[in-house]
Amino acid sequence: MLLSAVTFLPALGAAGLLLVPRRAERALKLGALAVTVASFGVSLVLYVGFDGGVADYQFEESARWMPSLGVGYHIGIDGISVLLVLLTTLLSPIALASAWDAIGDRVKEFVITMLILETGMLGVFVSLDLFLFYVFWEAMLIPMYFVIGVWGGANRIYAAVKFVLYTMVGSLLMLVAILALYYQHGAATGRFTFDLPVLAQWVAAPGLAQNLMFLAFAVAFAIKVPLFPFHTWLPDAHVEAPTAGSVILAGVLLKMGTYGFLRFCLPLFPDASLEFGPLVFALGVVGILYGAWVSTVQPDLKKLVAYSSVSHLGFVMVGIFTLTAQGLVGGIMQMINHGLSTAALFLMVGMIYDRRHTRLIADFGGLWGVVPAFSALFLVVVLSSLGLPGLNGFVGEFLILLGAFQVHWLLAALATSGIIFAAVYLLWMYQRVIFGEVRNDANAHLRDLSPREWAVLAPILVLIVAIGVYPSPFTRKTEATVDALIAQVQSKASVAARAPASPPPVVEAVASTRSDLEQRSDLEQRSQAAPPSAHLRLEPISPHPLAEAVTSTRSDLEQRSDLEQRSQAAPISAHPRLEPASPHPLQ
Amino acid sequence: MIPPPPVSFGALLPILIVAGTACLVLLLDLLPPRRSKEHLGGIALAGIVAALLAAVGRWGTETRAFRDMLVLDSYALFFDVVICYATALVLLLSLDYLKRNGVESGEAYALVLFAAVGMMLLASANDLIMVFLGLELMSLSLYVLAGLFKMRLDSGEASMKYFLLGAFASSFLLYGIALVYGATGTTGFDRIAAALAGGARPPLLVVGLGLLLVGFGFKISSVPFHMWAPDVYQGAPTSVTALIASGSKAAAFAALIRLLGGALRGSQPDASVVLWILAALTMTVGNVVALSQGNLKRMLAYSSVAHAGYMLVGLAVGGNQGASAVLFYLLAYVFTTVGTFGAITLSERADGEAVDVSDYAGLARRNPVLAATLALFLLSLVGIPPLAGFFGKFYVFGSAVRAGYIWLAVIAVLNSAVAAYYYLRVIVYMYMREAEAASAVYAPSFAGSLALAVALAGIVLLGVMPAPFVDLAQIAVAPLFR
Repeated sequence: MLLSAVTFLPALGAAGLLLVPRRAERALKLGALAVTVASFGVSLVLYVGFDGGVADYQFEESARWMPSLGVGYHIGIDGISVLLVLLTTLLSPIALASAWDAIGDRVKEFVITMLILETGMLGVFVSLDLFLFYVFWEAMLIPMYFVIGVWGGANRIYAAVKFVLYTMVGSLLMLVAILALYYQHGAATGRFTFDLPVLAQWVAAPGLAQNLMFLAFAVAFAIKVPLFPFHTWLPDAHVEAPTAGSVILAGVLLKMGTYGFLRFCLPLFPDASLEFGPLVFALGVVGILYGAWVSTVQPDLKKLVAYSSVSHLGFVMVGIFTLTAQGLVGGIMQMINHGLSTAALFLMVGMIYDRRHTRLIADFGGLWGVVPAFSALFLVVVLSSLGLPGLNGFVGEFLILLGAFQVHWLLAALATSGIIFAAVYLLWMYQRVIFGEVRNDANAHLRDLSPREWAVLAPILVLIVAIGVYPSPFTRKTEATVDALIAQVQSKASVAARAPASPPPVVEAVASTRSDLEQRSDLEQRSQAAPPSAHLRLEPISPHPLAEAVTSTRSDLEQRSDLEQRSQAAPISAHPRLEPASPHPLQ
Repeated sequence: MIPPPPVSFGALLPILIVAGTACLVLLLDLLPPRRSKEHLGGIALAGIVAALLAAVGRWGTETRAFRDMLVLDSYALFFDVVICYATALVLLLSLDYLKRNGVESGEAYALVLFAAVGMMLLASANDLIMVFLGLELMSLSLYVLAGLFKMRLDSGEASMKYFLLGAFASSFLLYGIALVYGATGTTGFDRIAAALAGGARPPLLVVGLGLLLVGFGFKISSVPFHMWAPDVYQGAPTSVTALIASGSKAAAFAALIRLLGGALRGSQPDASVVLWILAALTMTVGNVVALSQGNLKRMLAYSSVAHAGYMLVGLAVGGNQGASAVLFYLLAYVFTTVGTFGAITLSERADGEAVDVSDYAGLARRNPVLAATLALFLLSLVGIPPLAGFFGKFYVFGSAVRAGYIWLAVIAVLNSAVAAYYYLRVIVYMYMREAEAASAVYAPSFAGSLALAVALAGIVLLGVMPAPFVDLAQIAVAPLFR
């Protein structure tokens, strides 16, 4: 019941707020805030109660809904979704609080929309039934559409319609793929069901059908992420959305895309994931660089942050499609970190906009002397976003790059350079906005942070530092799930690889034994403080990059212990092994 | 003396109730009071509700009358319920709307009832002659109703156009009936099926089937026989438009499915090819043309063309699955359409009806409840879960995927994305633009609000709890595929 409570509390709250008269704006805001905080409280109970050592779904609930069609109300969380649920329930009250003064028009509609939106997002993360998932996935579009279209900026209608149409094209194709999967599974096993754990036990035969289904899912998720070249809706939506909308959009909505890859694409279509993995991986790298370059030249603060999301989410996609434990854990951490840092960036851009009613970088300068507290916190957030060791952004990116170098050194090196470009666009922006002389008289007398703004930012800043200094409590929640996911993808893909098209089993067995041995010895070396270039040397000679991720259970365990060591050790002291891999500008 | 043939009046009960009420309304129209005719609307409504209850009460039974020309099986009962619901909602909408527009009259209510009788005959028809009778009774009533605004030019134009093109289509239908009769020697569905049981598909039959499809294509406004729809939807009184869009479409589909699934089930492969193309064309043309419409009723006309296309997907699939998917879709569509047109009847401008999309600018500020209701109906038409329209699409597209028509399903979902644009445009006007000088205001009406509330409850219920209704649809089509 706990999970349902978290998910539907906001919607129930919205229904309750319908009865509050429209004039009582303060009561409406307070009521909505109370509901979201209550939902956050319940999700904390979930988080604490979640056993990170178990890979299975926890807090599962299932009820009959449409048994004749194989549709059930089945929800549950694993190590991937537990963090995202917590992120959603954390950012929702923050977004509402940030809109306290900024939204003055149709407050009743606004708080109700935000609450329904929260239920939609949580539903996406907890659904374990494809039908239920699709219902939340689509239903959540509409409140976001209203948030952008009603409370957005000058060009809001264009942005809102573009957002909905883009997302809808992708998700409708996914609907066809869901139906195709449902009937294929039903025809093959005699059981017609949308239940994800049941469907995931079965693999469609590799080939055109699986590839098409994968592509339909992948396009839907890639639009949401957004993966280059599906990103063009994002800058419009971000720039036009009100601050609260941007926070939710960047903090949570984009994660629904990456989450979809993890939850659906990998386990349901393992062969296609391996086949198209390099493509997605490469597009992720393109997104990292493209997003960073385009960010650099943006004159508008919000647009700069929007394009930086393209770059950061590129890292997540790279991490996921390394199909290594490090890469996946890093990707998941990066999802959380991006949610925190970018939400904070949008909040602070919103705060400065509330004071000056402009977001153009050229209008600012010399804010350090005027609003010192704001400037200092902004610095922390900027540094977190560009991945300074000791802050949260570093943990995810480091792990992702570790995974990436095992797959393809050149692409990984390119991705690494994305961190340098991130430093360029963020620090250059910071310099122009905060340092120097006050050039514009309008900036001379700005208010510094109000207590409400402190309260809005404080939880995020605490987490930024906490994850940066001591990430293992967070990574530990997710590792078992990640290992299980990788093992699942590998075993299913190898089962399917027995199809005649694949190399003869003997050759395969030899190959896998060999690479197993190599990897294992590699891991053993590394765990005994191997020279830093050990894996760099190994990888380029491997014929099929993603096949390298094939690991036996034993090496999985080793990898995990290896990972734990590193993830704990890395941020505290600049790790020696980092240097050849990532020439970090700030070291 | 020859004894009269036994007639099982049980099979006619719902139809007789409605027809009797219609005659009663015509008679009472002659009596005072002359000024107000509201009580006649009430009587008509009572008759429809009684027929609805009678139909519900007979659920699970099967009776035949007139040498199997009429069948009251669960299939017909399902449609009787849908048609009665649609008619009842249309009557509720008409009560106040007709008076406001100065055309309240006894014959209007009587004609709505006669149209309903025609629709119910179509649902029960088990003989091509009966199909023709039902179709004509329904159509002739609707031709007159479309011209109810006697003083308005566009209403007259709508009536005239509807009549001329309708008569043309009827002749196609008759010709088709004649050819099928020539090929099989009978007009009864059961005997046609028996005559074709050996797998014979004489060319005459295929041509006749094609002509029948033309006739039905007109009634369900499928491309390329949809030309009448925009003008008629726009010109006819809005409550009548609601009836044309919901009830008449449902009834025409009822007869078409029984014909294709029952009598001509052997020709399904031939029909599927044609229906595949018709479905793709109808969806695409309807949606693309709807994009550029400024008049809300005209836009909804093209949207109803597009929805006919989605339902044709189910017909192309055929069989039990396809037919039950269409039945569910119709149920969802009837509630949604009547609700949408109902919301339009409750909006008015100082100088008449509010039918331009721009009239709805800022409606969310002036009347949040009406705007939210209309928005929900539009979202159901888009197919946003958890509303009825979504599950209808889900079920129809699912049946297409199951039958292997993956590309037809892909065309259909891409069409849904196109459709989202023009439905959302209305929401953009209501919520995101400020009011202009001559904008729509709420025209209060208890009956109209009640109709909207019933329709709204319907789309939410069908969307959240579709399973029982899916089961009903499957039970309903079972007699066709024995």
